[in-house]
Amino acid sequence: MTVTTPVATTVDARGLSCPLPIVKTALAIRELTSGDLVEVLATDPGSTKDFAAWSKTTGHQLVESSVDGKVFRYLVRKK
Amino acid sequence: MDPRLSLVLFSGTDDKLNAAAVLTAGAAAIGRPVHLFLQYWALDSFRADRIADDHGLAPEAGSEGVRAAAALRAAGQAPWHETLRQAKELGEVEIQACSLSMDLLNITEADLDPLVDGVEGVTSFWLAAGDGQVVFI
Repeated sequence: MTVTTPVATTVDARGLSCPLPIVKTALAIRELTSGDLVEVLATDPGSTKDFAAWSKTTGHQLVESSVDGKVFRYLVRKK
Repeated sequence: MDPRLSLVLFSGTDDKLNAAAVLTAGAAAIGRPVHLFLQYWALDSFRADRIADDHGLAPEAGSEGVRAAAALRAAGQAPWHETLRQAKELGEVEIQACSLSMDLLNITEADLDPLVDGVEGVTSFWLAAGDGQVVFI
């Protein structure tokens, strides 16, 4: 059985440089409720480490971190 | 550890202001309060009628740096004042102008961009900094 939670919102941070992908995600996640999923698309190569560190510090869960070509994709569940 | 970060902005070139804005936004994203103290040429770049101007780059940028910065701008990189605006929206970010520099540059509070929250002296700055880290840019 596959459990899927629909993505509540997508942050398109493609083309934005550090630290705007994190800033946009942090602003977007405020509007959501606990357990909601946020999808983030980014092209900033530093974002992989940034999302890992940011989720660790803030307590939001980084459910997925992947890359497809030049686009990084993160799924974050709001704590 | 005192989570407060204090950044003294001295240089008024776009590269250094951008570095400061990026550090500020990153700190705001992880919930650290940031206090910016604007001195000298940095303060001059926060004049409401000049904030969006081209403030040049630090001498170490060289011609290659100038080309790289121009390419980033052309690619749509957010200007430093926009990054600061977002940092303020996101977290606890306070921007204060140094009163001595205000006198030196003959600037009044009405001349400053609304990003600036107020004017303070160096004593107030140090008291606000507490035991937190201070960075000079």
